[in-house]
Amino acid sequence: MKNCEYQQIDPQALPTPTPTPPPHHGNDRDEKEQPRRPRRKWEVFPGKNRFFCQGRIIVARQSGVLPLTLGLILVTSGLFFIFDCPFLVRHLTSCIPVVGGVLFIFVVITLLQTSFTDPGILPRATPDEAADIEKQIDNTGNTSYRPPPRTKEVLINQQVVKLKYCFTCKMFRPPRTSHCSLCDNCVERFDHHCPWVGNCVGKRNYRFFYTFIVSLSFLTAFIFGCVTTHLALRAQGGKGLVFALQEMELVICFFSVWSILGLSGFHTYLVASNLTTNEDIKGSWSGKSGEDVTNPYSHRNIFVNCCSVLCGPMPPSLIDRRGFLPTDESAQTGSADIEVPALAAKSEINVVGGSSQLTIGLQEPFSHAPTPSQLPPNLFLNLTEALLLAVALTQSAAWLTVMSWFSFSCLMLSHI
Amino acid sequence: MTHSLQDLQQPAVSSKVFIQRDYSSGTICKFQTKFPSELESRIGKQPFEETIQTLNNLYAEAEKLGGKSYLEGCLACLTAYTIFLCMETHYEKVLKKIARYIKDQNEKVYAPRGLLLTDPIERGLRVVEITIFEDRSIGSGR
Repeated sequence: MKNCEYQQIDPQALPTPTPTPPPHHGNDRDEKEQPRRPRRKWEVFPGKNRFFCQGRIIVARQSGVLPLTLGLILVTSGLFFIFDCPFLVRHLTSCIPVVGGVLFIFVVITLLQTSFTDPGILPRATPDEAADIEKQIDNTGNTSYRPPPRTKEVLINQQVVKLKYCFTCKMFRPPRTSHCSLCDNCVERFDHHCPWVGNCVGKRNYRFFYTFIVSLSFLTAFIFGCVTTHLALRAQGGKGLVFALQEMELVICFFSVWSILGLSGFHTYLVASNLTTNEDIKGSWSGKSGEDVTNPYSHRNIFVNCCSVLCGPMPPSLIDRRGFLPTDESAQTGSADIEVPALAAKSEINVVGGSSQLTIGLQEPFSHAPTPSQLPPNLFLNLTEALLLAVALTQSAAWLTVMSWFSFSCLMLSHI
Repeated sequence: MTHSLQDLQQPAVSSKVFIQRDYSSGTICKFQTKFPSELESRIGKQPFEETIQTLNNLYAEAEKLGGKSYLEGCLACLTAYTIFLCMETHYEKVLKKIARYIKDQNEKVYAPRGLLLTDPIERGLRVVEITIFEDRSIGSGR
C-alpha cells in the first residue's frame, strides 16, 4: 500500500493572502528601496465610496446635501443661542441653553457618525468564491435555452425567504441585504440611502441614524417652543402686521417640526416591529399578496425588538478599510479620493405639510439591484439624484427662510 | 526520488472548498455543518463538524442579546456612541478569540492534513474557506 505522507504545513509560509503590515511606519513616500509603497485596502475599494483620513472615514460618492444639513442645523441653533437664549435666561431660567446645548451636541455627533460610518457594506466575493457559486448554479440548473434562475430559497423561522444573486458582488445576498445602486455596494440590513446624511443607512449605522432623528425632533421642538415663548413674551398684546407675520411663521414652523416628528415616529414603528424601510415599502411581510406571511426576524416582543435593533452588539466593519494589501496582489481600479472632507449635510427637515412620505418614497429606488435589463444606470441615477437634490434644496430653502424670518422679527422686536 | 526544497516549502494549492452560511435561524452568523465531499479523503467528519460547531457557538456568543450587550448599548447611547471610538466592543473581543481558535485549529488539526482554514472575517463573514493543498507524497513505489 502506498504510504501517503502529508507535509506538515507551516501556516506562516503559505502563499495564500495573509496581509501583514510593512516593517516601516510613517511616511511611505520616502522609501526608495521598495518600488511601490504598500497600499491599504481602501485605496482599491471597488464601490463608489470616498475615503478620508487614510480610510478612517467613509462616505458615499455623492455627499451633496450633507453640508446643507449641517449648515442648517448650525445656523438654526446658532440663531437660537444668539437671539433667544439671552432673553429667556433673563426672563425664565438658565437651564434653557444647557438643555439646548446638550441636544445640539447629540444631534451633530450622531449626524456625523451616521454619515461617516460604514453602514454594513459586504465585501465583494473573491474570484474563487464566485467561481464556486457559478459551479453550484450550473450544477443545479437546467439544460434549456434560458439561463438558470439566480435565486435561492431558504427557510427562516418557518418563513420562506428568497435570496437573490447580486451580479455586481458575485454572491447570493444574505437575507435583508440589498444592493445600493448609488454606492454600488451590498449593504446588510439595508434600510435606505439617505441623501440628507450622504450615506446608506444599514445594520451598523441605523442606531446612529435613529438617535439623530429623535434628538433632532427634540431639538427642533425645543427651539420651536423657546422661540414661541420668546415672541409671546415680547409681543404681549401686540397687533398689526408684525404680529400677523409672527403667527404665520409659527404655523409654518409648526408643520416643519411635525414632519421631523413624523419621521421619528415612523422609524420608531419600524424599530418596534424589527422592519426596515425597504421591507415596509415593498410590503415584504404585510401579506399584500394574500399569503400568510409574518416577519421572520421579529422577536414578537416590542421591547426585545427595540433592544436588539438599538442596543444590540455593534457588528464589526467587514471591509477592513485600513488593512494592507498583500504585495503580490494586483491593484484593481478603485474610487479612492484623498481630499479635504467637504461638509455635506442633509437634515431630515421636510416640506411643510408632512412630506415625510415623499422623502421615503424617493429613498426606495436606490435599493434596487442593478440587472442587465435596467435602464442605462448613469442616466437613471443622474435624474433621480437631480430630483432628490432639487427636493432637498427646496425644503432647505424653506426652512432657512423660516428661521431667518424668526430671527429678523426677533431683532426687530428687540428694538421696539 | 528527490524533491526540491522549493517544492517542499511551497505546497501548491489544489482546490478550495467554501462552507456557506446557514440562514435557517435568521441573520445571525452561522455556518452550515454539512460535510463537503472534497474533504472526505483528507479529514474525518467529526473533527470538521466540531470545528464548525465551535465557530458557530463563538459567533453566537458575539451576537448574543443579553444583559451585558444591552448595558453596553445603553451606555453607548447615553454618550452619543462616542465610546465606540475608544473602547473595544464585545464583538471585537470575541472576533479575536475566534482568530486564536482558528490559528490553533490550523496548527493542530488542519495543517497536518494539508488543509488550511481562512478566518471568515477575511471573507466578510460570508464563507469559511478551506484551502486544500496538493498531496505531496514522499516515497513512491513502495
